[in-house]
Amino acid sequence: MAAVKTGAEVAGNRIAIVAVLIITLIFLAPIYWIIATSFKPRNLSTTIPPTIVFTPEISPFVKLFTKRSQLREQPTQEQLDAAPWWERIVLEGGEKVVRDGKGNVQWSAYPNRFMNSLIVAITSTVLAVGMGTITAYGFSRFKVKGEADLLFFILSTRMLPPVVVAIPMFLMYRAVGLNDTHWGLILLYTAFNLSFAVWLMKGFIDEIPKEYEEAALVDGYTRMQAFFKIVIPEAATGIAATAVFCFITAWNEYAFALIMTNRRAQTAPPFIPSQVGSGLPDWTVIAAGTFLFLLPVAIFTFLLRNHLLRGMSFGAIRK
Amino acid sequence: MAHIQLKNVTKTFGSHTALKNLDLDIADGEFFVLLGETGAGKTTTLRIIAGLEKPTSGEVFIDGIDVADWGAAERDVALVLQQYSLYPRYTVRENLEFPLKSKLRRVPDAEIKERVDRVANTLRITHLLDRKTDRLSGGEMQRVSIGRAIVRKPRVFLMDEPLSALDAKLREALRTELKNIQMNLGQTFLFVTHDQIEAMSMGDKIGVLNHGRLVQTGTPSDIYNNPRNTFVARAVGSPPMNLLHGKLVSGRAILDPIDLDLPYNGALGSSGAATADGGTTDGRPLTFGIRPEDIVVESGAAHEARVHDVENHGVAKILTLRVADITFHATVSAQTKLAIDEDIRFSWNPQKVVVFDKQTGKSLQYHG
Repeated sequence: MAAVKTGAEVAGNRIAIVAVLIITLIFLAPIYWIIATSFKPRNLSTTIPPTIVFTPEISPFVKLFTKRSQLREQPTQEQLDAAPWWERIVLEGGEKVVRDGKGNVQWSAYPNRFMNSLIVAITSTVLAVGMGTITAYGFSRFKVKGEADLLFFILSTRMLPPVVVAIPMFLMYRAVGLNDTHWGLILLYTAFNLSFAVWLMKGFIDEIPKEYEEAALVDGYTRMQAFFKIVIPEAATGIAATAVFCFITAWNEYAFALIMTNRRAQTAPPFIPSQVGSGLPDWTVIAAGTFLFLLPVAIFTFLLRNHLLRGMSFGAIRK
Repeated sequence: MAHIQLKNVTKTFGSHTALKNLDLDIADGEFFVLLGETGAGKTTTLRIIAGLEKPTSGEVFIDGIDVADWGAAERDVALVLQQYSLYPRYTVRENLEFPLKSKLRRVPDAEIKERVDRVANTLRITHLLDRKTDRLSGGEMQRVSIGRAIVRKPRVFLMDEPLSALDAKLREALRTELKNIQMNLGQTFLFVTHDQIEAMSMGDKIGVLNHGRLVQTGTPSDIYNNPRNTFVARAVGSPPMNLLHGKLVSGRAILDPIDLDLPYNGALGSSGAATADGGTTDGRPLTFGIRPEDIVVESGAAHEARVHDVENHGVAKILTLRVADITFHATVSAQTKLAIDEDIRFSWNPQKVVVFDKQTGKSLQYHG
């Protein structure tokens, strides 16, 4: 469009751009704070006013991944010389890395909790999106008796705040031995996300002309083959969008993870704040853990960005 | 190669009846055109034959075998639609290969390639083989979907308005091409359209559908010259048949309301004006059908009319003539010089008049 703009319109535009920039900066500030803190030396992490200019260091991450204990006295020069670079960082901070009898470094619980988060979030996302897509396809393509009621029922599972059922769920889980297991959390998160996945995917599948599948049926393929060869590739955009939403929900879930798990299957969200309690909190380590925790969602979303963008402009497909 | 038969097929969707007691017989190797307006049940008929829809009642036979329990894949029919025919994301070659790669058929790779190449050659789409289907023009897309149907060598070709989305020139070209393909293959084609020109120019046989009922089947000339009722008379021909109300009085047609008196010596008039059921046509309210080209405009003719409108079509001029309150069309040679509001004299070809009952709209030739 080459519409002529008046001076007032141009000025209005500029003001809008500035406003958007300011709002974006406000929203990004906490993220900046976390990232900055995770690279700060410990003594600068809680200064007032906050330290903006500092020499970034890697020590919070080393501390995050290792089990440490307080040193009673300053480390000797020999100790420092003998230690590898990462251990030296810990020693200079007045702590030492815990080793077992054979001299192997003891890892902190963080990598394990992080893995738990990955296992639970990925598995529950795959399950919710997979089952959701198939269910949505059924609702979209076949006459289902009481379709409207069933769809409403599926949606209604989201009307209750999940935390309301936390205590009964905990008792039930304990009774069947699902508490503190991966499958316990996977089951919960899949249940949360399934209704959402069904509704979202139904919208996307409704948009795919059924003529494509019918052509495949006539061409000698079964309904299943047509589903995998024609519908799934066409629904890829919707699947990607749904997967991102489900993954974020499962990844960030805190309340149930806190109640249902404590060691074996504990995910990162309840673990990270639990470190605050032991001794004087080292905010740089907590920030480092949080920063790493933010990465998977960012990477996942980034990988699927093309699909997501097309997902937003869905419905504009060529007719 | 197949002979298709529908016996007493009824299809309802909820309270809506799409097809009512449909009987259809399509001979092996025939180009059968199903003509009807939107919602007449053409597509439903096609989908029932393809096995994408089950009839509410009635039977479908392919080569004499009841196929009620056969799925779409087993019926071995090919379907070409108006749109959404091609698989998106696939190249033209992949689209053409798709039906051959079905586990049902197990065509060896070398043969797939050979068949695809041959079809591409026939349809002149070889240069498009590696292109994605969303980068094709409308005409190319329809060529590819026709190709995807041919490559399989199916028993029947089902085509649902395959040319309707194309522009006029392309439509004409593909019409001829499709007819040629059918003649070369010698296959059974069922072609669905709302375009009477397509029906007339392509069909060996035409079936006219109206509100889920088959009104008439016959050769194009049958349908054109002897429409079974006024619906068919209006549906076929451009401009359609003139339908003028009046009655027969001792072998002459008297048109309402102007006492226009025209000779009539069709099948009914000469045989003493007695109909098949023994009743007389004399004095009974009738509708006379006459094709525009059977209205004769000449200086010595018996009746006078005023030229209401002249449409020049190049090959001919279509006149709208008016006598008192009634208007009707006449076709004259393009050389004829006529001006609007000019008075001319006309007559009709009495041999070509079709007589319908005014009340029921049925042709007396068929129904008495």
